[in-house]
Amino acid sequence: MTTYADYTTGEPVADTKAPAGPVNERWDTRRFEAKLVNPANRRGKTVIVVGTGLAGGSAGATLAEQGYHVVQFCYQDSPRRAHSIAAQGGINAAKNYRNDGDSIHRLFYDTVKGGDFRSRESNVHRLAQISIEIIDQCVAQGVPFAREYGGLLDTRSFGGVQVSRTFYARGQTGQQLLLGAYQALSRQIAAGTVEMHARTEMLDLIVVDGRARGIVARDLITGKIDTYYADAVVLASGGYGNVFYLSTNAMNSNATAIWRAHRRGAYFANPCFTQIHPTCIPRTGDHQSKLTLMSESLRNDGRIWVPKAKGDDRPANKIPEDERDYYLERIYPSFGNLVPRDIASRAAKNVCDEGRGVGPGGQGVYLDFADAIKRMGRKAVEAKYGNLFDMYQRITDEDPYQVPMRIYPAVHYTMGGLWVDYDLQTTIPGLFAVGEANFSDHGANRLGASALMQGLADGYFVLPATINDYLARNPHEDDVDDDHPAVQEVLAETEDRLNLLLAVDGDRTPDSFHRELGELMWEFCGMARTDSGLRKALERIPQIREEFWRRIKVPGTGEEFNQSLEKANRIVDYLELAELMCLDALHRAESCGGHFREESQTPDGEAARRDDEFGYAAAWEFTGTGDAPTLHKEDLVFEYVHPTQRSYA
Amino acid sequence: MARTVWDSTVGKKTVMAVSGLVMLLYLVAHMIGNLKIFFGTEEFNHYAHWLRTVGEPFMHYEWTLWLIRVVLVVAVVAHAVSAYQLSRRDIKARPSKYVHKKPRSSYATRTMRWGGIILALFIVWHILDLTTGTVHSGGFETGKPYQNVLDTFSTWYGNVIYIVAVLAVGMHVRHGFWSAAQTLGAGSRTRDRALKTVANVLALLLTAGFVAVPVGVMTGVVS
Amino acid sequence: MKLTLRVWRQKNADADGAMSTYEVDGISSDMSFLEMLDTLNEELILKGEDPVAFDHDCREGICGACSLVINGDAHGPERTTTCQLHMRSFQDGDTIDIEPWRASAFPVVKDLVVDRSAFDRIIQAGGYITAPTGAAPEAHATPVPKPDADLAFEHAECIGCGACVAACPNGAAMLFTSAKVNHLNVLPQGAPERETRVLDMVGQMDAEGFGGCTLTGECATACPKGIPLMSITSMNKEWLRAARKVQR
Repeated sequence: MTTYADYTTGEPVADTKAPAGPVNERWDTRRFEAKLVNPANRRGKTVIVVGTGLAGGSAGATLAEQGYHVVQFCYQDSPRRAHSIAAQGGINAAKNYRNDGDSIHRLFYDTVKGGDFRSRESNVHRLAQISIEIIDQCVAQGVPFAREYGGLLDTRSFGGVQVSRTFYARGQTGQQLLLGAYQALSRQIAAGTVEMHARTEMLDLIVVDGRARGIVARDLITGKIDTYYADAVVLASGGYGNVFYLSTNAMNSNATAIWRAHRRGAYFANPCFTQIHPTCIPRTGDHQSKLTLMSESLRNDGRIWVPKAKGDDRPANKIPEDERDYYLERIYPSFGNLVPRDIASRAAKNVCDEGRGVGPGGQGVYLDFADAIKRMGRKAVEAKYGNLFDMYQRITDEDPYQVPMRIYPAVHYTMGGLWVDYDLQTTIPGLFAVGEANFSDHGANRLGASALMQGLADGYFVLPATINDYLARNPHEDDVDDDHPAVQEVLAETEDRLNLLLAVDGDRTPDSFHRELGELMWEFCGMARTDSGLRKALERIPQIREEFWRRIKVPGTGEEFNQSLEKANRIVDYLELAELMCLDALHRAESCGGHFREESQTPDGEAARRDDEFGYAAAWEFTGTGDAPTLHKEDLVFEYVHPTQRSYA
Repeated sequence: MARTVWDSTVGKKTVMAVSGLVMLLYLVAHMIGNLKIFFGTEEFNHYAHWLRTVGEPFMHYEWTLWLIRVVLVVAVVAHAVSAYQLSRRDIKARPSKYVHKKPRSSYATRTMRWGGIILALFIVWHILDLTTGTVHSGGFETGKPYQNVLDTFSTWYGNVIYIVAVLAVGMHVRHGFWSAAQTLGAGSRTRDRALKTVANVLALLLTAGFVAVPVGVMTGVVS
Repeated sequence: MKLTLRVWRQKNADADGAMSTYEVDGISSDMSFLEMLDTLNEELILKGEDPVAFDHDCREGICGACSLVINGDAHGPERTTTCQLHMRSFQDGDTIDIEPWRASAFPVVKDLVVDRSAFDRIIQAGGYITAPTGAAPEAHATPVPKPDADLAFEHAECIGCGACVAACPNGAAMLFTSAKVNHLNVLPQGAPERETRVLDMVGQMDAEGFGGCTLTGECATACPKGIPLMSITSMNKEWLRAARKVQR
């Protein structure tokens, strides 16, 4: 009998859309080669956009400005609440306003290196180029970035880089950028060019004759399941970090849109690449429903340490200076507390595993501002980080001006996602994925302040340029409606799934399954992964899945506002996606970026990449629930940034 | 512009603010005039007569007074109609109350609404009492305001009605003046304390100034 | 901690609602208020009862989804969002009343969930700067004095939760509307649409059936982001200026 882990390797997959030639000319070339849709014909073309975060909001607004008819969805009660809103730190752009040696090429270089050489050079270079335009666009929209006294934009440096290229709006950059996109989208809604469906969740993708033609979505208030048709579908539904149950994602962020698309034929790339963010507030107990991140900008002025001695349970202020281990400064003298996220997270795990962790359960390290307060004064610290300090105090009931903060890593971002080509098109023609939902730009690790950059680059600039090409070359001859057999099948599957969830009437709540799956994933597919652990998880997941369908209890009906049903339906998809994540992590027997395999490390405990064997993006093809998937490799070619073992020492 | 103003809640508040300020100006003048009563019959009655001849010879006898009356009536009507319409709208906007009651939560609104109604009723009584003499307690005599005032404040109910109304004026002005400043956009972070102080001082002065008359009568200072 | 909860239950928009009483035990003071409600819901599901519906998403105080009136206060006794309210603000044995936002412009969807789409329509009426993608000038072309940028930011912090409306005895949306008007009107980029923006947004606000402002200040007291009452004053000023300048 073949098990899920006995995957087969199929034909390699290639990005056929990125033009050849010098990397800095590829985007121009592509934009010129892409066919355009006559402005007069755009009105007749419908584009569905799922999600209203930075990528979806900006894409919807921009496509509508271009004249397309946009039909947009979000599960929240308003498009303004998408989880991009919670991003704190900032957005990178190669403006070089500081004259500190920054350039497009340096941002490109930093991002490829930061991604540990598992991203595509063409995409990353384009991202670096566009970063400049994003800032201009956002300023024009009225995004209130921090400014200096001269009235010009302020910047700061951020984890993993040595230039000051991060634009920010206090600790709420994501909120301000998202509101900018939301406002642009609102303008189009008012103009009637965007048809907005809030509190409506995509439950499946409609594929007709091999092309994406629409979605099935449920009105979360009435429970009504409806079909929506379009000439192209854009998924901007975000990442899948909530597989872990506890993460910094919003409670309702979910993987259903991308997972259902995957089941319908879109390849899923690098699912195991998850980013564990080093500066989160440690959990306090089993009741914990989510983890709260604190901007990594805190690492600019805070110093991270643990006691030198194991089991030292004295209060932080009672531990003398020479008995403290500022381990990041010790191990990585040139980057110190500003090493990339994956390195900082793993180092925290290591010291905690050694028994030197602080706080309840020993799952935490100190982030100390005593020196910063001494150096800059409390007022300056307050001006820079006040809102973060307040948030910390509210959650923990401790005053970070008096005692050091306690932090611990938490799941934060997923670099993996639907495989897309240079045009951001998935392997299903007519289906596009933007923002965190795709896999393209961050490789195995994302640098701080790059998620906002990518989301907006995709939505404002990339997709609106590339989707034209698809729409121009592939006009649909006939309309699809609910009578089409393919649609009937999707509709029936969706209804059956929901009905079954309601019919089981077992004895366990959706959350209890989600929590169980999350704990399993955190243990075996979290910060450090091993062959045996991943195999254990792969054995366990199908069992949980089986138990889920036997014991799940969902109260109420499908024809009403039913949050338990929403939750349970999302868990169905997590239970399948988790399996693929573990398989991907198992097959990638190297360490790179956020993916750390204990078997693959340097003598001093750093991640050891194996470029010869794993210098590819792993794109997985779905073959059936619990069936071994097929792996398609996309070889990664590095012409400009040559792979080296990352060194931040 | 008139349409824009009258159709908008913000515009109607502006109407209330402007008409309120007009009435406030009048009240200040009225209060100062009232205090003349402490200087004896002659001075008070002379002042009352002057009110009718002010502006002469440009204006005919009582023209100025009538002009003021017209302005005041317009202000009162505009103020009251706006208040009525806005209040109806406010009540409609919050049809069901919270089960868990918070007593503090509508202090200002309540004092303004009830205070306004009390004042409207008072104005009617006040005019019938001391301008037309229709409901006057003693023998009302035109041209002898000093005696008329004494008559009114010789009754217990005259004092009660008057003092209640004056207190309502104080509270109304206290929130109303500051509120009008905000409505007209005159407030700012740096000016807020000053505005609140002015509102309190105005309210206090008006209350004290108006209450002085019945108290004067009651204590026999004015007789 | 052991608590008695009195929760507004309402099956859907058309049904009548009423307060229902529940007991919860084993509540930790480190729990957030919503985690306490999660605990209740887990119990209700296992008992075969309908769990309490409430809006929530980011649970870190920024998305603006959570919306409960707790013991008569929008977002409860602390100046923060409900998701950032912790059970240490309550005592063992307390009885806690939990109700939805109340305003006719925010009809109840179910239990504690209300429909706040009126806010979206206010933004759609003019809460934006018309800057189509690609048309933007270089970001440093127009310097913005730091005080103006800071003031814009302070107003832009609004999370659109609706606590201002819930707290206002008149169900007014002035604080929400003024926050956006001031954010955009103070910036040079927002100047070309300055007048139409304020007139249209206020017009939409009125059309949605929100009440008028009586400056009680309850909105600013309830605002988890500390948008000041002065914001309303500034909007009034903008509105009057616009009403004078624009002929309609």
